[in-house]
Amino acid sequence: MNTVALRPPWRLFSLSAPAHFYRATEAVSPLLWATCLVLAAVGLWMGFVVAPTDATQGEAYRIIFIHVPAAWLSMVLYLAMAFWAVLGWAWKVRMASMLARAIAPTGALFTVVALWTGALWGKPTWGTYWVWDARLTSELILLFLYLGYLALVESIDEPRRGDQAGALLALVGAINVPVIYFSVKWWNTLHQGATVSMNAAPKMAGTMLTAMLLMTLACWAYAFAVVFARARAIAVEREAEHQWVAALTRPMEKSA
Amino acid sequence: MSTLIELGGYGRYVWPAYGLTLALMLAEPWLARRRLARALARARTLEALDR
Repeated sequence: MNTVALRPPWRLFSLSAPAHFYRATEAVSPLLWATCLVLAAVGLWMGFVVAPTDATQGEAYRIIFIHVPAAWLSMVLYLAMAFWAVLGWAWKVRMASMLARAIAPTGALFTVVALWTGALWGKPTWGTYWVWDARLTSELILLFLYLGYLALVESIDEPRRGDQAGALLALVGAINVPVIYFSVKWWNTLHQGATVSMNAAPKMAGTMLTAMLLMTLACWAYAFAVVFARARAIAVEREAEHQWVAALTRPMEKSA
Repeated sequence: MSTLIELGGYGRYVWPAYGLTLALMLAEPWLARRRLARALARARTLEALDR
């Protein structure tokens, strides 16, 4: 059997082939994990040591350094999942559908983190862990959409049919993302407005904002690393009998 | 150190928030790596059967 030749990395479209995707993402994985750890360490140090105590919320506000990045990632990952799912459905791009499936658990994780940290932040500031306000409820619906997508694609034995059904659900559910984002504008909610706005000055101290943005970048690096790892696993599962997977297993046998 | 743990009385809210996040962010990559290892092991078995 022939081994797969690597194409130059700048040819991004070559990544739609599972063999190239596998090798490219495996190569960048250590860099992503290192980036995640360094940014998280610096972000937490800034958030807990450098950033001052908030005048109104006291130390409770420090939950923001994980709550806001998790909430942002939960929404962006859903849109990414829907994008790749639809791309795989409409153009039959194998790797796109696998990527959509790989994103879903990580998106669900960040949604759980956003809800959990939000509840723990809500208790000392609002006096309650949960209220059925528009922002919280729409974020909870996002979690159900992730779980529904995962349940749907895993319940269908034939992967391509599962991908198609999942793509439809992901596409319909995408309408919930702008609802989450604009809920604090459209409805009178208990949740505060946007933490960072493109057309207004930051409402927080510079060190607080820097720490939050560093933690967001750390979460991004984490998401890329773990989604790529899961996508590689899905690619190997689906294409176990392909030559490129057989070529992958040979060096492991020699070293064992 | 105790100041950091207590966080002005809000430590009981802040640390569980970060604790669960850390637990989930350690578990997820481990599960993904385990899934990849199992998939590669299955592929190796198939490759051995083909020979």
